Amino acid sequence: MSVILILIGVSLGIALLFLAGFIWAVRSGQFDDTCTPSLRVLADEEPAAVSVSKPATKPTSKSP
Amino acid sequence: MICRVNGALNKTLIEPHDSLSAGRMPAANRGRSSDFSERVYCFHCGEPCPSARFVREEEVFCCQGCLAVHELLAGAGLEHFYQLGDHPGVRVRGASRRGQWTYLDDPKLQQRFLDFTDGTRSRVTFRIPAIHCVACVWLLENLFRLHPGIGRSAVQFARREATIDFVADRIRLSELVALLASIGYEPALTLAELGKRPPPSLRKRQWIQVGIAGFAFGNIMLFSLPAYLGLDALNGGGFKGLFGCLSLALALPVLLYSASDYWESARLSLRRRVLTLEVPISLGLAALYAWSAYEIVSGRGAGYLDSLVGLVFFLLCGRAFQQKTHDRLAFDRDYKSFFPLSVARRTGGAEESVAISDLRVGDRIVLRNGELIPADAILVRGRALVDYSFVTGESEPVPKDGGDYLYAGGRQIGGRIEVETAKPVSQSYLTSLWNHEAFRKAPGSDVQSLTNRYSRRFTLIVVGVAVGAGVFWLLRGDPARAIKAFTTVLIVACPCALALAAPFTLGTAQRAMSRLGVFLRNGLVIERMAQVNAIVFDKTGTLTAPRSAGVCFQGEPLQAAEEGRIFSLARQSRHPHSVRISEWLPTGCSPQPVESFRETPGCGLEAMVGGREVLLGSAAWLESHGVGVAWGSTLRMTGPPASPGGAGARTISGSAVHVAIGGRHRGAFLLSSSLRPETGLLLRELGGRYEVTLLSGDNEKERDLFMGLFGGASRLNFNQSPLDKLAFIQRLQDSGRVVMMVGDGLNDAGALRQSDIGVAVVESIGAFSPASDVILEGGRVPCLNSILLMARDATRIVRLSFGISAFYNLAGIGVAASGLLSPLVCAVLMPLSSLSVVLFACGATAWRARKRFDGFDRVTSDRVGRGLSAGRSSDLAGPDLEGRRAVTGASLGAGFAKEGAA
Repeated sequence: MSVILILIGVSLGIALLFLAGFIWAVRSGQFDDTCTPSLRVLADEEPAAVSVSKPATKPTSKSP
Repeated sequence: MICRVNGALNKTLIEPHDSLSAGRMPAANRGRSSDFSERVYCFHCGEPCPSARFVREEEVFCCQGCLAVHELLAGAGLEHFYQLGDHPGVRVRGASRRGQWTYLDDPKLQQRFLDFTDGTRSRVTFRIPAIHCVACVWLLENLFRLHPGIGRSAVQFARREATIDFVADRIRLSELVALLASIGYEPALTLAELGKRPPPSLRKRQWIQVGIAGFAFGNIMLFSLPAYLGLDALNGGGFKGLFGCLSLALALPVLLYSASDYWESARLSLRRRVLTLEVPISLGLAALYAWSAYEIVSGRGAGYLDSLVGLVFFLLCGRAFQQKTHDRLAFDRDYKSFFPLSVARRTGGAEESVAISDLRVGDRIVLRNGELIPADAILVRGRALVDYSFVTGESEPVPKDGGDYLYAGGRQIGGRIEVETAKPVSQSYLTSLWNHEAFRKAPGSDVQSLTNRYSRRFTLIVVGVAVGAGVFWLLRGDPARAIKAFTTVLIVACPCALALAAPFTLGTAQRAMSRLGVFLRNGLVIERMAQVNAIVFDKTGTLTAPRSAGVCFQGEPLQAAEEGRIFSLARQSRHPHSVRISEWLPTGCSPQPVESFRETPGCGLEAMVGGREVLLGSAAWLESHGVGVAWGSTLRMTGPPASPGGAGARTISGSAVHVAIGGRHRGAFLLSSSLRPETGLLLRELGGRYEVTLLSGDNEKERDLFMGLFGGASRLNFNQSPLDKLAFIQRLQDSGRVVMMVGDGLNDAGALRQSDIGVAVVESIGAFSPASDVILEGGRVPCLNSILLMARDATRIVRLSFGISAFYNLAGIGVAASGLLSPLVCAVLMPLSSLSVVLFACGATAWRARKRFDGFDRVTSDRVGRGLSAGRSSDLAGPDLEGRRAVTGASLGAGFAKEGAA
């Protein structure tokens, strides 16, 4: 039965990983706007059209 | 459903194919037997095309503006925009002035306006009310293809905001705004945009709190299963200790972090010496954890950590459920959201745009048609016609001459005027209202919620019983049992069911109301609403609806060519009467060239349209032009203006606008400003249960009508200034009444703030509304009675839920106080009681809501909030304040004589 100790450790570790993933997702702003992404999906372009140009500046994720 | 307008105008037949196009018919046109078959819709914006003049590659456009936007987008390879919806564009209303936005390049202003800048790269967030569909999101997020200086842009659809990165060396902020405006997405630039945005971190924190609680709840449940199921193999000494210690470790962050808001509230309420519900909750949590730790460490049992963590998890879920926020709505707006950010100042001979915050007394400013007077000022040049309807409640525009004093907040209708400011913006007649002490207290701070009132008694009883039980067993010489009785009473009495009852009931009621088009600041508003015993109504814009006002034509029916002439003339003017007439006329009629247009304020319009002279104005004015108005005097008797049906709705005041074409009198348009439908019924229903009063800034011309509706002259108050209104509410409150104020304008802002429940009526969701507790769509005023009844029902359901949870607690305490409670019973009882209370609260509230709101059709508010394209019709239909009046066209206004029918 001592294998259960390892299993408990593994399962807790995985659960903690998911929790960390969730916290990271919230912190990085993925839950700030739950409405727009659902619309953005609908506006997908043909792949050929997307490659026309790229943003002039790289997106900055810094906050003031 | 892609429906394009192909080819020439002639025979393209477009059915009113979906709710979208039907919804975009001008409101005044509904109910008329119009001929849809000949109509062609603009490829860009979907509005009916008056002519086939603007055509590009077989696509027809309604105006030069739409054509230009289409060419711009096509040139940049953004045609994909048109595949994302039917007519996804926004009509560009009015050309922008050259240099209109140059004031935005002032570094001091930018400092307050930009989200972030490092000298070269900057980021700015604009509120863009025109955002309405998938295509808008796509276009605004592909802005970088239109200009090399623009970087990433992201749209926040629910808030109607766009965040745009740009390189200041390549594109100035003013150029960015001009670009947005040129494609129809002019940002809202009001004084309020300069304020600090609320930090969004609070919601992030709540998400993480729920996440951690859920994580711990799931895992501790797994560790507790062996104990519940009696799995002996896993209940041996080693496993038991391990599971216990793991549970203790997992529960610790829940206790300290997830539940931290409860600790904080409990600490605050103890310091203020009031017993809120958080006190017994915190007590229960602490007792649960301490007792479990004792049991686990001493090896006597498994503790109640699963109950503890589950309780916190459910409490946090309940809180999230109740905190339904309406992102598009702002409940805290003041005059700053109504005032523009800039104004045209004249220094010497030149005109420059300056920020309103830089405006000084004695500055000379230029106001054009539709612009707002930012500060109390003296008219220096030009003739003003000022529309004060939103500021004072006066329904008709007021003509002013040189030297007259103009109050801030009015809108100039008509030609260009110059004024000299007499007071700073913040000290002006209207804005000084915000210096009143009523605005200093935080809204809803002194509210005693139902939950708190119950919890005070509850906490006292619980602590009393716990101490009593402890002392009882101590006196009997059994200290172990005394401690156990003391803690288990605290644990069992932990008012989780009580704490869940109100959030779920009020949250459900709030959702039901928002489906109806009634938006509440928070759930507690419902509790306060149930206590109301006096209701005060504003008149203009609240009981009377400006836009649904009836228009009808008296005389020989007009022919299509004549309609076209009148339409061409009327749309030159921005006087409310001409706007309404041009809206009422069939939109298909083709405009004709207008020459030698002349307006005479207070009298009428004249011009040569399509080679014939057309006059539009008062009877006396027409007669002075040599047109015989033979039956003008009998007009009002022969045919009452069409008024929207419904009990009690009747014409309250009418104006007649006479028409002469080619020197011959053709008839008259009768414009009635009328009550909203079913107002009479509403007032009768409310009158039985509440003290109902009218409080209007308008004059007494409609006194007779309202006398009948309100049942007595003592209930009517006219000519009330904004401060009078505030004081009136205060007097009512001093005499012990709980007052609900229903109003719409800035002049009601003080009264709305002072009242216990402020209800702001808006013509379209998202339009400006003064700070309030409830935002109500104009068409929903008649269901106010049902909303009040629903609020009472909801409060009753909260009380019932309290009863149920009190029963559970008393039964539990009885057993616990005897010190005999088994862990298993305790563990099963706690979640079960919570769950049953939640189910009862939600079910009963949803059932009552369905019954109460049965007769009313659900508005598209869900879709307005979700923002699928159906929301757009209401966006565009109601630019009463922000759209239509803000148009800076080249047209000149005109005034008609007021012809009160009363």
